[in-house]
Amino acid sequence: MKTLARKRRHPAALVVLLLLGLLVTGGAYAVTNSLTEAKSAEQDQALIDEGRQLFLEGCSSCHGNQGTGTETGPSLIGVGAANVHFQMATGRMPLAGPAVQAPSKTPEYDEQQIAAIASYIASLAPGPAIPSAADLNTSEADAAEGGELFRANCAQCHQASFQGGALNDGRHAPNLTPVSDQLIFEAMLSGPQNMPVFSDSSLPVEDKQAIIAYINELREAPAPGGWALGSFGPVTEGLFFWTVGIAAAIACAVWIGAKVR
Amino acid sequence: MSKAEELGGGLATFVDERTGSNAWMRKNLNKVFPDHWSFMLGEVALYSFIVVLITGVYLSLFFRPDMTEVIYQGPYVPLKGVQMSDAFNSALEISFEVRGGLLMRQIHHWSALLFIGAVVVHMFRVFFTGAFRKPREMNWTIGVTLALMTIFAGFSGYSLPDDLVSGTGLRIAEGIMLSIPVVGTWASFLLFGGEFPGTDFISRLYGIHILLLPGIILALVTVHLILVWHQKHTQFAGPGRTNKNVVGYPLMPVYMAKAGGFFFLIFGVIVLISALVQINPIWTFGPYVPDQVGAGTQPDWYAGWMDGALRLFPPTEFRLFGYTWVMNIFIPALIIPGLVSISAYIYPWLEAKVKKDDREHHILDRPRDAPTRTGLGVMAITFYVVLAIAAGNDLIAIGFDLSINELIWWLRIATIVLPPIAFLVTRRICLSLQRRDREKLTHGRETGRILRLPHGEFIEVHAPLNADERAKIEAKVDVEALPEPAENDESGVRNPDFKKERRWSKLSGWFWRNNIEKPTDHEIEHGDEHIAEQVELEKPLREIEDKVVIGHDGSTLHHPGQPETNKEQYEQWVKDHPHPKSDPS
Ligand code: HEC
Ligand code: HEC
Ligand code: HEM
Repeated sequence: MKTLARKRRHPAALVVLLLLGLLVTGGAYAVTNSLTEAKSAEQDQALIDEGRQLFLEGCSSCHGNQGTGTETGPSLIGVGAANVHFQMATGRMPLAGPAVQAPSKTPEYDEQQIAAIASYIASLAPGPAIPSAADLNTSEADAAEGGELFRANCAQCHQASFQGGALNDGRHAPNLTPVSDQLIFEAMLSGPQNMPVFSDSSLPVEDKQAIIAYINELREAPAPGGWALGSFGPVTEGLFFWTVGIAAAIACAVWIGAKVR
Repeated sequence: MSKAEELGGGLATFVDERTGSNAWMRKNLNKVFPDHWSFMLGEVALYSFIVVLITGVYLSLFFRPDMTEVIYQGPYVPLKGVQMSDAFNSALEISFEVRGGLLMRQIHHWSALLFIGAVVVHMFRVFFTGAFRKPREMNWTIGVTLALMTIFAGFSGYSLPDDLVSGTGLRIAEGIMLSIPVVGTWASFLLFGGEFPGTDFISRLYGIHILLLPGIILALVTVHLILVWHQKHTQFAGPGRTNKNVVGYPLMPVYMAKAGGFFFLIFGVIVLISALVQINPIWTFGPYVPDQVGAGTQPDWYAGWMDGALRLFPPTEFRLFGYTWVMNIFIPALIIPGLVSISAYIYPWLEAKVKKDDREHHILDRPRDAPTRTGLGVMAITFYVVLAIAAGNDLIAIGFDLSINELIWWLRIATIVLPPIAFLVTRRICLSLQRRDREKLTHGRETGRILRLPHGEFIEVHAPLNADERAKIEAKVDVEALPEPAENDESGVRNPDFKKERRWSKLSGWFWRNNIEKPTDHEIEHGDEHIAEQVELEKPLREIEDKVVIGHDGSTLHHPGQPETNKEQYEQWVKDHPHPKSDPS
C-alpha cells in the first residue's frame, strides 16, 4: 500500500486526475449537449430549411453556399446563433458593400427570418445561442459590480459613459446608449469585428447581466449636475466654455464698459 | 449729519489721525481708470479667482486627501460596494451628500475654467495692444508667471478627486516626468513617494493645490495690481489723450460702482452656468485603478494643447552612450511648452530691441499698427488651437467618421503649415487696414455720394474725419528698422560686434517689412485742402430750402412721418446728431 500512497503524492498524479476529470465532464457535456441539440434540430428542421433558403439568397454571395466563407466574407462555421442575430438585428448584415466596419442600419430582415438564418447557421456547427429570457433577467444583478467590470473590460474602447471611442484606421467602438439588452449580451458573446469575444467562461452570465444592469442604471438616471453636454467629458466642456462661458463674461464686460453717452 | 454719518466720520478721523490715511485715500480714490471693455478682462480673471477661492474653502471643509482604500457605502447606487480611495469617496460625498456640495463643486470647476480662460484672453489683450511695452515689461513677466501658475493650479485640482479620468492624467504626468533624461525616474519617485501611484501623492498634491499655488497666485496678483495702480493704466488714443495723462472715470464713485456691479455679474454668470451645466461627473468615470483607462480621456482645455502635442508627436528615439533616449514625450510635453513660455517671457525685450525703443508707452497700439506683432500673436493662437483640436482627435474621428490615423497626419501637417499662413495673412490684413487708414487721413472718409460736376465729371465726395477717428489713426508710432551695421568704423577699425549687429538688423528689417509710413504733415494738409474743396463743391446741394419736399439726404421719396420740407428735415437731423463736427450724411 505504501507504493500507492507514494504514487498518490507523485506530481504527475494531479495531472492525471485533472485530465480524467476533464474527460469525464467534457464527455458528459458533449453527450448531453448533442442530445439537446439534436432534439431542437429535429423540432426546428423547418426553420432551418427556411433559414438555408434565405441564406442562399442573401448571404451566400459573400459567406459561401455552405457558410464556409469566400474572399468577401468570413466563414460562419461555429459563430453561433447569437452572432447572426446580433449582426442582422443591428442591420450590419447583409453588408451592402466594402467598408472598414460594417455599418449598423435598419434591419432588412424581420425577427422571424433572422431566427431562421440563425438556426441554420447554428445547425452547421454549435456556437453561442441566442440568450434566453432568463439570461437577460437583470433584476438580481449587481449594477455596481457591473460598473467595475465595465470599466475593466469595456471602457477602454466604449468610454466610461459608453459614448463610444475611436479605434485605428476609421474603426470605432459605437455608442451603447441606444442598444438593447439582448444586443449587448450578444455583442459580448460574439465579439463583432475588433471587439474581443467575452465567452461565458471568461465573463460568466452573471457578470454579463451585471454589466447590462450598470449600463441601464447609467443611461436611465438623469444627470445630477444638469445638462451633461453629451457626456463626452472635458472636450465638450471646454467647447461649451469657449463658446458660451467666455462669451457671456465678455458680453458683460462690453455692457459694463460701454460708454455712457 | 445723520447718526451713521457721524459714526463713519468719527471712525475715519480716528484712523486718519493715527495713520495719515486721508491724504492717501484722497489721492488714490481720485485716480482715474480709462474705459474700454477689453480693460475689464483682467477684472474677469480677478473676480473668477475670488469665486474659486470662496468655493474652494467650502470644498476643503469636506474633502479628504487620503489614498486609503475604502468601500463606498453612499447613496449613489452604481458605485455601492466598490473599492476606492477615501479621496474619491469624499468627492462623491460632496457630490451627493453634502448640502450644496455638487453645486459648489461645479461652481469651483466652472469658475476655475473661467479664471484661466480670462487670464489667457487678458494676456492676449495686453499683447495685441502692446501694453507690455516699457514700463510694463515687468508686469508682463509677472503675468506670464501667473498664467503658468493658474494652469498648474487647475491641473492639480483636476487631479485631486482620484477618479479614472484624472488618474489617467496623473499617469501621463508621471510619464512626462519619467521622460526627462537622466533624472526623470528619480524626480518621479521623489514626487510620488515611490512607484506610481503610491499612497502619498494626493495629500501632497492637496497641499500644493490649496496652499502653495493659491498663495503664489495671490501674492503675484497683489504685486500685479499694485504695479497697474502705480504705473497707471494705459489708454487707447483719442482726442485729448496723451502719453502723459489718463482720461477716464475717477475710481470713486463711478469706477467702484461699475466694478462692484461687474463682480456680481461675473459671479452670476458662473453660478448660472454651474447650476445648469454639469462638469466633471466623476461618478460616471469611477475610481482610479492603475490598470484601467477609459476611451475619450482628455484633460481640461487649458492642458489640451499639451495633450494634443503628445498625441501628434511622431516616435523618435536614438541610442547614445549605450542608452536609448526616447524623445517623443520629452519634446512635446516639456520642450515645446518650455519654449512657448520662454518666448512669452522675453517677447517685450525682443520687440524693444528690434525697434531700438526705450521710450515709455502709455498709449496703446491698435493691433493693425503693429502688423508683425499681431501676426505673431495670431500665429501663436493658431498653433494653440490646432494642438487643442488634436487633443480631441478621437472624438473628431468618431463624430465625423474619419480615420484617426489619417487625422493625426493632417493635424501634424496643420501644426506646421497653418501657423505661418496665419501669420502672413494677418500681417497682410493689418497692412491693408493701415493703408486704408492712410488713405482716410489724406483723402477723408468716403461718403458714397457721387457728385456730377458742371462739366460732366463724376466724383465721389469725401468728408473730413471726425476727431476721434483722426486721433486714433494719427497715434501710430513710426519707428525705423535698425540700420545695417558697418563692418569697419570711419577710422577703419573692425567692429567686433559686426555679425551680431547684422543679425539684429536683419531681424529688425523683417519686423518692419512693408511698413506703411504715416503720411507727412504736408500730405495731410494737402488732403485737408482737397476735402475742403469738395465740401465747397457740394455746398449748393446743402442749401436748405423751405419749399423742397425731398429727403435732405438726397432720397427722392418722402417718408410718411418725416418732417415735410428739406429744411425741417435737416433741422431734425441736427437735433438727433448733436456732435458739432459731424456732417449730415
Ligand atoms: C457583401 C458581402 C456580405 C454579405 C452579402 C453578407 N455578409 Fe456577413 N460579413 C461580411 C464581411 C466582410 C464580414 C466581416 C465584417 C466585419 O467583421 O465587420 C461579415 C461578418 C458576418 C458575421 C460575423 C462573423 C464573425 O466571425 O463574427 C456574421 C454572423 C455574418 N456576417 C452573417 C451574415 C448574414 C446572415 C448575411 C445575410 C443576411 C450576411 N452576413 C451577408 C460580408 C457579407
Ligand atoms: C477592443 C475594443 C472593445 C472592447 C474592449 C469592447 N468592445 Fe464592444 N465593440 C467594439 C467594436 C469595434 C464594436 C463595433 C463592431 C462592429 O461594428 O462590427 C463594438 C460593438 C459593441 C456593441 C454593439 C453596438 C452597436 O451599436 O450595435 C455592444 C453592445 C458592445 N460592443 C458592448 C461591449 C461590452 C459590454 C464590452 C465589455 C464587456 C465591450 N463591448 C468591449 C470594441 C470593443
Ligand atoms: C491671475 C491672473 C491675472 C489677474 C487677476 C490680472 C489682473 C489684472 C487687472 C485687473 C489689470 C488691470 C485691468 C486690465 O488691464 O485688464 C491688469 C493689467 C495688466 N495685466 Fe494682468 N492679470 C492677470 C494675469 C496677467 C497675465 C497672464 C498677463 C500677461 C502675461 C498680464 C499682464 C498685464 C499687464 C501688462 C497689465 C497692464 C495693462 C495696461 O496697463 O494696459 N496679467 N491685470
